[in-house]
Amino acid sequence: MTFGSVLLLMFSAILVENFIFSKFYGCCPFLGVSEHPDTALGMGMAVTFVMTVSGAATWAVYHFFLAPLHLEYLKTVAFILVIAALVQFIEMFLHRFVPALYSALGIYLPLITTNCAVLSSALLIVQKEYNFVEAVCFGFSAALGFTLAIVIFAGLRSRMTMADPPRAFKGFPLTLIAAGLLAMAFSCFSGVQF
Amino acid sequence: MVALIQFTDVLIPVGIFAALGVVLGLLLAVAFKIFSVKTDERAEKILECLPGANCGGCGYSGCSGFANALAKGEAKPESCRSCKPAELAKIGEILGVEVKSSAPIHARVMCSGDCNTAKQLYVYEGVIDCFAAAKMGGGGKMCPNGCLGLGTCVSACRFDAIHVENGLAVVDPDKCTGCGACSKVCPKQIISMIPVSSAYFVACHSVEVGAKTRKYCDAGCIACKICEKNCPVGAITVNDFVASIDQAKCIGCGLCASKCPRKIIKKLH
Repeated sequence: MTFGSVLLLMFSAILVENFIFSKFYGCCPFLGVSEHPDTALGMGMAVTFVMTVSGAATWAVYHFFLAPLHLEYLKTVAFILVIAALVQFIEMFLHRFVPALYSALGIYLPLITTNCAVLSSALLIVQKEYNFVEAVCFGFSAALGFTLAIVIFAGLRSRMTMADPPRAFKGFPLTLIAAGLLAMAFSCFSGVQF
Repeated sequence: MVALIQFTDVLIPVGIFAALGVVLGLLLAVAFKIFSVKTDERAEKILECLPGANCGGCGYSGCSGFANALAKGEAKPESCRSCKPAELAKIGEILGVEVKSSAPIHARVMCSGDCNTAKQLYVYEGVIDCFAAAKMGGGGKMCPNGCLGLGTCVSACRFDAIHVENGLAVVDPDKCTGCGACSKVCPKQIISMIPVSSAYFVACHSVEVGAKTRKYCDAGCIACKICEKNCPVGAITVNDFVASIDQAKCIGCGLCASKCPRKIIKKLH
């Protein structure tokens, strides 16, 4: 593992294999919390935080707990349990000691405890057999890709509120169409290979 | 041949996971004890009494922000215009303070220029929003102080109390709580908050001379002063070419409304 390979891994996780636009993970917060760029950024920051920490925690759980006991096939259950507990713990910790960060992330943290994007990043880390540093970098950069996607989309949506589309397209249909177009734009990265 | 599954192959993982769950649960319980933050229970009780519409009329960020401020003693219950008196009294009980109920107010649109009476300057075909229209030479209507009728106030109202009828915003007196959200967003500033007890109001806000107003609109105040002369208690004055009623003096006789040649002095209810 070199510095360059980690950098490539991060680049690919952010753009080429973007969680939302190429893997379609985390669509629920992507559509639900993308009405305003501010809240979208808050959500993105919370996901980044949780995914990075859970990437490190689940890597440790897998290699020091599941692997020695030969319980690898139960990783999904174990990861859900660990991530949920970890997020709860972090939330309490922030509430007590870092109130500013809590009020910024607080309402988003419970939303993403068992989010598919967070869980899939943990599972992908195991599947791709990353080491600890790669695992943390992957979790962080995949979440950065998520943040990028949701902030861009929130910008689009806040502009679309001023549009006057035909009644059949108003609201959610137009949102889904815009998400599809944005996914197509991101698909141009899929040709990039290293 | 089918491989036999031993009983222990299932039991051991289940046991391990149960233990893991218990350990994590205990850790969280301990963490909750250590990290728990004292929150004011009164704030939650107050929040139940508030309307929950998050209209922002009190000046705080929604009902929960107002409830927190009340619990801390930074705000007064009267600031909530949308609360019913019974609920205000309940909040007063929770806080242990006396609540002075202020005179209820309602929003009223000070304009009578609907599609039939107001003259059009041009046909506006843009974003359906009064702010956007007001930037295009003051909007589609000739009168610079007329209701644009594009419903920016309608989307601001959390109580479904204001609607655009025939190109003119009209307040539903039964639903209006007097929070003032509509009056804050109106780019023409023609939505006034007036006491519910008032009998009449002037539904025009045209501050142009009579001759000009006559060109703009068939239902505009032309400052003829007939109302001023006829009022038995001197409650009506015409300033800036528009009549205004001093609600403290008004006795509600209705003489002004019957004498007004433009029929723009309207009954409140």
